[in-house]
Amino acid sequence: MATRKSNTLKLKFDTSWSYAPAPESKSAATINKQYDLFINGAWQKPSSKKYFDTINPANEEKLSEVAEANEADVNKAVVAARNAYEKVWRKMSAKERAKYIFRIARMVQEKARELAIIESLDGGKPIRESRDFDVPTAANHFFYYAGWADKLEYAFPNRNPQSLGVAGQIIPWNFPLLMAAWKIAPALATGNTVVLKPAETTPLSALKLAEIIQESDLPPGVVNIITGAGATGAAIVKHPDINKIAFTGSTEVGKIIQKAIAGTHKKATLELGGKAANIIFEDAPLDQAVEGVINGIFFNQGHVCCAGSRLYVQESVAKQVIKKLKDRLESLIVGDPLDKNTDIGAINSKQQLETIHKYLKIGKQEGAEMYETSCALPRKGFWCRPTLFTNVAQSNRIAQEEIFGPVLAVLTFRTEDEVIEKANNTPYGLSAGVWTDKGSKIFNMTRRMRAGVVWANTFNKFDPTSPFGGYKESGFGREGGLHGLLPYLNLAN
Amino acid sequence: MEKSIKKSSLSVSPNGLEKKTSSKRLEVLKTYKIYIGGQFPRTESGRFYTPVNATGKKLANVCLSSRKDFRDAVVAARSAFGKWADRAAFNRGQILYRMAEMLEGRKAQFIDELMQQDATKAKAEKEVNLAIDRLIYYAGWCDKYQQLFSTVNPVATSHFNFSVPEPMGVVSIIAPQSDSLLGLVSVIAPVIAGGNTCVVLASETKPLCSVTFAEVLNSSDLPGAVVNILTGKPSELLPWFVDHMDVNATIYCENDSTNRKMLQEKSASNLKRIVFYDTINWYSEKGESPYHIMDTQEIKTTWHPIENIAGSGGGY
Repeated sequence: MATRKSNTLKLKFDTSWSYAPAPESKSAATINKQYDLFINGAWQKPSSKKYFDTINPANEEKLSEVAEANEADVNKAVVAARNAYEKVWRKMSAKERAKYIFRIARMVQEKARELAIIESLDGGKPIRESRDFDVPTAANHFFYYAGWADKLEYAFPNRNPQSLGVAGQIIPWNFPLLMAAWKIAPALATGNTVVLKPAETTPLSALKLAEIIQESDLPPGVVNIITGAGATGAAIVKHPDINKIAFTGSTEVGKIIQKAIAGTHKKATLELGGKAANIIFEDAPLDQAVEGVINGIFFNQGHVCCAGSRLYVQESVAKQVIKKLKDRLESLIVGDPLDKNTDIGAINSKQQLETIHKYLKIGKQEGAEMYETSCALPRKGFWCRPTLFTNVAQSNRIAQEEIFGPVLAVLTFRTEDEVIEKANNTPYGLSAGVWTDKGSKIFNMTRRMRAGVVWANTFNKFDPTSPFGGYKESGFGREGGLHGLLPYLNLAN
Repeated sequence: MEKSIKKSSLSVSPNGLEKKTSSKRLEVLKTYKIYIGGQFPRTESGRFYTPVNATGKKLANVCLSSRKDFRDAVVAARSAFGKWADRAAFNRGQILYRMAEMLEGRKAQFIDELMQQDATKAKAEKEVNLAIDRLIYYAGWCDKYQQLFSTVNPVATSHFNFSVPEPMGVVSIIAPQSDSLLGLVSVIAPVIAGGNTCVVLASETKPLCSVTFAEVLNSSDLPGAVVNILTGKPSELLPWFVDHMDVNATIYCENDSTNRKMLQEKSASNLKRIVFYDTINWYSEKGESPYHIMDTQEIKTTWHPIENIAGSGGGY
């Protein structure tokens, strides 16, 4: 419904229309009461004898408890991975290796609904996203890399690519299953074996994946999945028999890892933080651009390293765009992640909610103007209203630092040169966006922005064939596509 | 008595006249200066060191560059980066070729300097020839490696999606200690062929060719500040080369595990990319490769929607 007012269409919300609840059923997912460590193809009790709870961030109820792997457990997993590498996986014909990975892809598809429910329960993301994005993209990632296994020499002309050995992989809580797929699929296709640790707040989908891997008859030890917090991750990073570290997470931890592996021969891929500039020119199709900006920052509650968290609007259309944004914000449905109508789910953890609140406070203190929607929030669980800041200065911390939440900083600019300067003036360089109707301007902008992924007239798009990764302090190495093979190979001829 | 600094060991004197008429003429010595921003300053520190060759002969009073020299060079390299990266790849190829032409023209001087630094004539000639050919090799790559390492990605949605290599930015290079000309050229060429700018620390014990090579760069069409060359001690400058927050990558060419560890640790300050070339024999085929260009490239992926009213299909 819309009414015409001062030449712009305004969405009207004062109707009595409301959405009936449309919750996905929890009964389609099986969650065990307790999970052990998946080592050498079997579920093994942790030598720490400790378990920790994983909760549903939407209601703070306990979902399950998972084992906490200590150094001895990490060692056990690495030994299993090393054995599997030396005795089975590196010797297996690449064609057979491919078939295992294809099989895993198919099984993920078969169990897609269950995985989506678990992902939303454990992480708080809207079921629409886990169902339509996380799980299918994860399956596709396995399917894509499976096909590379027996074709590696075509990817690197004049080289004889060789696997590295055991890969230690540490993944974040924002896309738990998808990140597991991003890590495991290329590692297996290139002939490496894996020790993977999911984030402590979202271990369940990776443990479900372990069940799938077990069911797929993948040789024991080729993939080991162990749970734990920072100490477990540190034990993986420091283990002397690991050849490769792949980490997705914060820039702060990425730097610690880079230091920790100094002096070793471990290869590393780091996919770290970001503070993407999303740039709207006056000649852009504004309604489309506003949709893109909304998707850019509110997708997955803004828990996205490549989120378009800095919006640069050309001055001539700034007023109009901000008005449209506020309107659109008001229409976002915040609530039960399992409800199919939900746009914005729960914040992943109490700790993350505190971080976001800290930045909201800083934003106001630094003089920016805060706008949040008027939606009601559930009483239990961790929630944050979609928020935007206007009157933001380039030097404000909310424009410089990664918030990792549904918070948009809006800045303005006049010329192309100015906005390029501002957009690139950040230690990060993961992603960027530009909205304009002029083709030559698109390519001028996409070329000059120092970021690994640049979306023009779109945002937050991902595909297994498309390399992803950052410039500068957003990390190094690529995941996805042909370029995503390289971090798992030695090309010395 | 110490042997004095003497420029040339050639039997023909610099003015080309026969010995008997030139015996009283005082030889003009070259001042070996550093190369920053297309200029030849002395080190701001005023310091020097005097490397000697195997026979104990002093080579020259060479600039002992300081941390400040390095920082000045990084400022110069950063300011030159945008324009150099924006040059047409074809144009970069022509400039590298021009560098080879200039080097060819001064072959005798390089052979002479290499011989002063203990090389035999045959070895010196070989090194200079290979250095020239290496520039030609990378000149040819300037507008080709992109085609080899780019991809158009067949995404499952209606988007045009492609990935291309882009230069990392400013690269700090600690050049090989041995092979003072060939090693130097072999590490600089792939970095600038790919559109980066750089600050290079020359071989400490054999620095003569690096300064003369700077003169070659200066008389070729390479814009000033794309390559900056310092002389000095790695033991002193190494930490600054990898610590600087406006340097994007560091290349190190020695097999020294202590230094390697230090470089990797310090690189974490701004997540510099570290490239080690410690096992490369610059005389071998492995001394040149488009993969060396890729060592200082990032991959950028660009997405754009394809109008798809019919609602079918994916990308390209």
